[in-house]
Formats: sequence, C-alpha cells, structure tokens
Amino acid sequence: MTSFLSSNAELVITVVKIALLLFIVLTVNAYLTWFERKVVAHIQSRWGPHRVGPHGLLQPLADGLKFLFKEDPTPAGADKFVYYLAPLLALALALTSIALIPFGPQPIRLFGHDIYLGIVSPDVNIGILALFAITAMGVYGVALAGWSSNSKYPLLGGLRSSAQMISYELALTMSVVGVLLMAGSFNLKQIIEAQAHHPERGIFGWNVWPQILGFFCFFVAAVAETNRVPFDLPEAESELVAGFHTEYASFKFAMFFIAEYTSMITVSCLCSILFFGGWLSPFPASWTFTHYLPSVILIPFGLWVILDGFRYETMFGRIILPGVGTAIAGLGAVFVLLPNVNEFIQAPFWLLSKIFVFLFVYVWMRGTLPRFRYDQLMAFGWKLLLPLSIVNVIVTSFVILVRMTWGAK
Amino acid sequence: MGREMTAPLVVFFVLAALAVIGAVSLILQKHPIHSALSLIVVMVALAGLYLLLGAEFVAAVQIIVYGGAIMVLFVFVIMLLNAGVEEHTNLSKMAGAPGLLLVVALAGFVAATIAKSAESVHAAPQTGELASTLGISNMIFKDFVYPFELTSFLILVAVLGATVLAQREKS
Repeated sequence: MTSFLSSNAELVITVVKIALLLFIVLTVNAYLTWFERKVVAHIQSRWGPHRVGPHGLLQPLADGLKFLFKEDPTPAGADKFVYYLAPLLALALALTSIALIPFGPQPIRLFGHDIYLGIVSPDVNIGILALFAITAMGVYGVALAGWSSNSKYPLLGGLRSSAQMISYELALTMSVVGVLLMAGSFNLKQIIEAQAHHPERGIFGWNVWPQILGFFCFFVAAVAETNRVPFDLPEAESELVAGFHTEYASFKFAMFFIAEYTSMITVSCLCSILFFGGWLSPFPASWTFTHYLPSVILIPFGLWVILDGFRYETMFGRIILPGVGTAIAGLGAVFVLLPNVNEFIQAPFWLLSKIFVFLFVYVWMRGTLPRFRYDQLMAFGWKLLLPLSIVNVIVTSFVILVRMTWGAK
Repeated sequence: MGREMTAPLVVFFVLAALAVIGAVSLILQKHPIHSALSLIVVMVALAGLYLLLGAEFVAAVQIIVYGGAIMVLFVFVIMLLNAGVEEHTNLSKMAGAPGLLLVVALAGFVAATIAKSAESVHAAPQTGELASTLGISNMIFKDFVYPFELTSFLILVAVLGATVLAQREKS
C-alpha cells in the first residue's frame, strides 16, 4: 500500500486535490446562493433567508436536499440521450475551467512533495487559451438542453442563448488580447508576474489602468457569457418561462444552477488575474506591515460574529454563531502568531479577496439593473463591444511598438 | 508486441479509439444533431492527440475554432431548421454499395502500406519549438505571410458574398 502511494504520488495528490476542490467549489456555490439572496434582499429592503439556521445559514443545505428529493420527470418526446447529456456537459465544463485557475505562486511542501494551490501547476503555457477552449464548448450545454427538451420555450431560450454566447465570445476573446500583448504570454502565472515589474507601484502596476477599455469589454462580455443579469435573456421568465432549463427539474436543474454559479466564480478569477494583478498585493512591496491585513480583518470580524451570536434570538444561533466567530478569530490569530503561514497566505488572500469583490459586483448588478431587450443586446455586442475591443488591440499594439522602437527601457 | 504500455501510449489509444468511434457514429447516426455531436467528439479527441504530441497551441485552437465556433454553428443551424431524422430514399440506399466498396479498398490500401513498412513505424516525435505559439506565428507571419494574407482576403470575399446574397433574399 505504501509503495503504491509513493510510486504514484503525483496521481494520488492530483486525485485528492480534485476531490478537495470539488468540495470547496460546491460549498462556495451553495453559500454564494445564500450570499446573493441576502445581498439582493438588503438592496430591496427585505431580510432574505433567515429562518433555516442562524441568519439563514443552513438555507443552502435545505435547498440542496430539496433538489435531491424532487420528482424528476422527463418530458415526452425528449431526446433522452441529449437531454441527460446537456446538464452533465454544462456542469463538467464549468468545473473543468476552475481546475485551470492557479490560486497561488508558492507550492506547499507536504510529505516531500511540492503541492501547488490549484489542480494544475500555475505554469501552463496555454493557460488562458485552454480556459477559452472550455468556454467555447460551454455553449453546447445550453443549446442542447433547449433543443432536446422538445418544447417550444426551451428551444427559443436555447437559440437565444447560443446566439448571445457566440456573439459575446468574440468580444471576450478580443478584449484579452491587449493583456496578452503586454505580458507576451498565454501563461497565467507570467501574466500576473508581468504586472509586478515595478513592485513599488503596487496597485498602479496592474493591467487595469492601461487596459481600462479591455477590462470594460471583458467584464461586460463575461457577464453575458455567464447569462447573468442584465444579460439573462435566455431565461427571461416573463417571455420564456425559464428558458433552456424549463423542462429540467430536480437535480438536473441544480446542475445547470451549479454550472452557472461556478462560471461566475471562474469569471471573477479571470478578472482578478488578467486585470487586477491576481495574487499581487495592491500595496507597494516595501510596506511589509500590510501583511497583517488578513488578521486585522479576520479577528475583528470573528469578534463581531461572537458578539452578534450572544444576542441572537434562537438558542441554536447562540451556540453556533459564537463557535463560528471563534474559528474565524482563531484563524486570524494563527496568522499573526506564525509568520511563515502569514507569508504563505498573502497571495491566496489577495486573490480570494478580489474574487469576492467581483462576486459582490455580480450580485450588486442583479439587484440593480433591468434586463436588456434582445435587439439591444445584439446591437450592444456587435456594434459597441467588438469595435471597442478591436480599437483596444490596435492602440495597445501601437504603444508597445513605439516603446520597443524608441525604447523607454 | 514488446512495447511497454506507458501512460502516453494508453492515452493515445483511448483518444484514437474515441476519434474512430466518433467518426463511425457520425455516419451511422440517424439524427443530424447526433451526427454533429459525434463530430464534436472527433474534434476534441484530435485536440487531445495534438496535446500528446506537445502541440499545445494547436490543440487549444483546434477546440476553440473547430470544437467551439464551427460546430456551434452546425448545431445552431440544425436547431433553427428543426431538421428531423434523415430520410432514406431508394437512391440513398443504393449509394451504400459503392461506398462500402470504397471503404474496403481504402482500408486495404492503408493496411497494405502499414504492413509493408512495419519496421519504420514508430512513435511520432514531439513537435517541440515548431508547434509553440512563437514557432507558429513565425511561420504564419514571416515565412508564409503572403499565402496567409491571400487566404484571409478570400475569407473576407466569401463573407461579403454571403452578406450580399442574404440581403438580396430579403428585398
């Protein structure tokens, strides 16, 4: 047994990492729905979920159980094979794309092996291209779901969404070209490192400043690719019932749901990596005192949760919340007490914070913006975003050419 | 067969089998959507084979362009036209006989070629620098820049032609 483990160490580590990432992503997805419902509720002056568990924290669990125990009818006349394939494809592709995201530059040394944060090592030469390849395949989940249900609203929703995804994929890919030109690589790690050429500039070294146009195009196109508000026409309930997944129930519907939220996370990762310096700190490298920021955030937050827990209405909440708060504050204390650990978590901390900010923006938009009309959507994609991203490519390559010729270096 | 089954070899056979099964299923499937899906399987399996040869860029582009863009259009058109199960007329059934003959002839030819040069069959070399992003861009934008520009011009003409034809249809 031990010989098998040591001779296939790479394989075992990868399998364990996949299982771990799957667990983390699914849990984060579940709590993302809670977060979204809470934030949208507060935007609309409501309470949101608050009955199941303290502050509604067990709501995702209840939802998950409900999905599992719902009846799962298959529409008559549906193309069985494709009907079952579509949600599988959507979920598998969404989860694959998140496996390509590197979450930190430094490996952890465990049992004599370097273990990177993320399934693959950060040094994948075609990192961003591989991600786009998976995004390109993502259309099938939606299109096939709409077609195979053998029902008119799903078909219309599927057609709409495939048209939308094809249209916005162009702008999505073009808007990244500027970043790729500046980094001179498809490698996600090198793209991040190219933003740290001047460690003293901190936040001002990030791609978002020279590529502000590219970022605008990328973010809008990415929101459209993930079918989120204000681009959620494929599931416009007032016109199409629920769009492509109208005929899906129970866990097959949940799979589409999880796929959508997972791609939200992937897009947030990509936004942070391509334009906001990935795991780089926004502060100049010489400000080492900012390394205590994770603890400075975690400890007061943990204490606040403990305090809030003592005042909570239900007995269950008065037990659970202080426990959670203690765990959070304890984590912050560990970071202060162990400098090695603190150094290590800097990179993942910044990347995760940026991802969290983008997820909040997603939810914020959902609570704020109305839906586009279909012709507006097409005109916006083809007549504004695509030309803008092409202009961005031309200007960026021109500036790079000028700098190379009359050398600023 | 004295050859050891290494991991790349196993992956090769899995991908090759996938590609062949996909190609056969593409022809045998009754419904256009199933055929299109089989073709996607072939494209993705081919991309996997490119990856195995070390041509990462080509593999990614294979999936983005063929697996993604082109096949999405196929599926899209089939969905839009709502094409049903394909019809079998007497003529199309008759076309099977010469087709089968051709397949046998082609398979025999390939088998004969492999049998004749069995000793010279060996694993394909890694593509290395040639298929890297840099190598490919050097080829396209330096060595073969004129054919490349001509091709893009041809595509532009085709797109314009399609647009003109579509416009005339409307009025």
